[in-house]
Amino acid sequence: MKRTLKELSPGERGRIKTITGNGSIRRRIVDMGLVPGTDLIMERYAPLGDPVEIKSQGFHLSLRKEEADTIILE
Amino acid sequence: MKTKNLVIALAGNPNAGKTTIFNAMTGARQHVGNYPGVTVERKEGRVKYKDYDITVIDLPGTYGLSAYSPDEVVARQVIIEEKPDIVVNILDASNLERNLYLTLQLKELGVPLVLALNMADVAEKNAVKINYSLLAQLLGAPVVRCVGNKNEGISDILEAVVNRYRGQGNIKERQMRYGQAIEAELSLLQEKINWGGAPAQEIAAGAETYSSLASPLTSLPLRWVLVKLLENDQEVSRQLAAVQDGQAIIDGVAQSQQRLKGILDMELEIALVEDRYAFIRGICREACERGALDRVSVTEKIDNILLNRVLGLPIFLGMMWLLFQLTFTLGAPFMDWIDVGVSSLGDWVNANMADGMLRSLLVDGIIGGVGGVIVFLPNIILLFLGIALLEDTGYMARAAFVMDRVMHKVGLHGKSFVPMLIGFGCGVPALMATRSLENPRDRLTTMLVTPLMSCGARLPVYSLLIAAFFPAYLGGNILFSIYILGILLAILMAKVFRAWLLPGEAEPFVMELPTYQMPTLKSILIHMWERAWLYLKKAGTIILAISILMWGLLTFPTVDNQGAEWENATVQLENSYAGQIGKAIEPVFRPLGFDWKTSVALLAGFGAKEVVVSTLGTLYSIEDEEGLAEETEETVSGFAERARNQSGYTPLVAYVLMVFTLIYVPCMAFIAVLKRESNSWKWPFFTIGYTLVLAWVVSFIVYRGGLFLGIGI
Repeated sequence: MKRTLKELSPGERGRIKTITGNGSIRRRIVDMGLVPGTDLIMERYAPLGDPVEIKSQGFHLSLRKEEADTIILE
Repeated sequence: MKTKNLVIALAGNPNAGKTTIFNAMTGARQHVGNYPGVTVERKEGRVKYKDYDITVIDLPGTYGLSAYSPDEVVARQVIIEEKPDIVVNILDASNLERNLYLTLQLKELGVPLVLALNMADVAEKNAVKINYSLLAQLLGAPVVRCVGNKNEGISDILEAVVNRYRGQGNIKERQMRYGQAIEAELSLLQEKINWGGAPAQEIAAGAETYSSLASPLTSLPLRWVLVKLLENDQEVSRQLAAVQDGQAIIDGVAQSQQRLKGILDMELEIALVEDRYAFIRGICREACERGALDRVSVTEKIDNILLNRVLGLPIFLGMMWLLFQLTFTLGAPFMDWIDVGVSSLGDWVNANMADGMLRSLLVDGIIGGVGGVIVFLPNIILLFLGIALLEDTGYMARAAFVMDRVMHKVGLHGKSFVPMLIGFGCGVPALMATRSLENPRDRLTTMLVTPLMSCGARLPVYSLLIAAFFPAYLGGNILFSIYILGILLAILMAKVFRAWLLPGEAEPFVMELPTYQMPTLKSILIHMWERAWLYLKKAGTIILAISILMWGLLTFPTVDNQGAEWENATVQLENSYAGQIGKAIEPVFRPLGFDWKTSVALLAGFGAKEVVVSTLGTLYSIEDEEGLAEETEETVSGFAERARNQSGYTPLVAYVLMVFTLIYVPCMAFIAVLKRESNSWKWPFFTIGYTLVLAWVVSFIVYRGGLFLGIGI
């Protein structure tokens, strides 16, 4: 079963396998260094449940759940 | 010694401290914020160093140089077309990996680079040890250590720039290499193309005329162009298609893409990015030593509270509430002082000048009009103090994070929240801030609803009306309700626009949450000074002009010649041009409870919202001259008292007037900037139209509802 970033609970770790989706969203994600093989940790959900905050390579990034859903984890 | 001219461009990630370096270098007064993408405008400055006269271009902060975001396209365009002599790449030393990604792309572009590792002190505190000379060697560019907000290393950067320009420093250019399969295709393509000269096929065919590929593109390294084509960069392929034999190159690349598709285990675009990051990680392993990291940073501790699932939203709302209390409550005593000063100036002129047209112009037109505006300067300064604090600490990005769910629901972006928040200060910078929105539809929607965010110029209108018609203990709540109404209407209109006017996919919300920073006093002061100056300039020019125009409209045609029936100044007023216009449009405003004087004031507010107050002031001070001969010492409340006595408004009408002022037509400056930003007259006119209709409808509902319920009559 495929697991995506969206399914991580706060505090859980994961490693990126691939990124689905296309166009500017995917490009922005990979340009930020979220390339296959990168480790990340789910930091928290926003107070209203969406978006989420992740930490990777020492910096904090926010993305919406629908975007997190395009990041497939190993 | 003869000075030589040198052009450098500053490139770097958002939040890498580029603007701080720019300010330190050139002394230019420019705002520094923490929100990604705050530097969206072109900024230029000058600095003299040794015998060089250096022009510094501050590029938009970007993470890469792809064709997806306008900021990145702009940064790329400047480098390609203006060909700066040196590009200074500012990097956040505490976050080197991601920052080097841009560096690699700049290198591929073939521009001479100087790397400035900013915030080196933060990196060192985090136990990151960087071997500068090794890093320089690996990247093939001089590396300088600097701390922008402490003014450290600025001259070192300039020294490196000059040395690089002179060709000193023994720099060996090194090229990053992609994976084997990609490199093989790249060399295959490179062999086939005679870049900048003539296509190889033509040479082989013995063509007599060689087509020189005349385009800014052809001065760039072929390798860069090919990589961009492999990435499906629309911008490059569009430009290339326009040059001779460009299409042949595009077709050749398409074949390479096909071949690579069969070889690579992931998509080509991602593979290219991954190779770059792999290269960067290799460099970082060699040149950087990480200490015991992975401890909980201060930023994380703060975010555990500020972004807490339970506390996050109340804290956010509390911050917004504080912002307005700060503006309104703390500003009041300063307002009184200014008001006393202005009215004594008026009194002094009245006492020392012969009665006549000139005195009337000076006191009623100029001093009265401008005085009524600068009296609210404390409000504006305090509001921008609050906004500067939010931006410079890094909370602004968190605000977007907290609010995105809501904004996204109405079809906007969490980032839209920031321009809208800035819209509470002034719509003009708010429009400029929308540039950080990548999706044109999101951007346009945000621009269209921004005027519903009640700007600082409208505050004088509220302040006056609240002081005059509501008890002090209700003041804050009344004000808050107006702001909330604006927000609710903005949400409603955004939903409407997104559904019918500008339907389409929403923008991604991939945004960095920057490290919290202690704002520097200097940057806060620059910010406040900038805004106060902008406001005063507006007050000094547009508003003064309109005040004089209004005075003229109120004074002419003069009725001084004939008979006793014109003695009453109110009759004079009614027969002035302003009175005539006001009466002509009065039927439109009558259902809202406005008389013709209010209509005149609202008309004048087309120019700038704060003029609504000064016009009301002018209207009533003229009445004063006939009515009350002697005036006691004036304060804001004195002004308000007069308004209450003379206008005959009920609290309900005053409130409706506030509602109307909130919604109807943004000021001329806003319209002018909207025209520039949307690049057409269509949207400014649309905005004028929809806000007028909306203002009337909502005011009507509030007025009739109030009458029906018997509130405030």
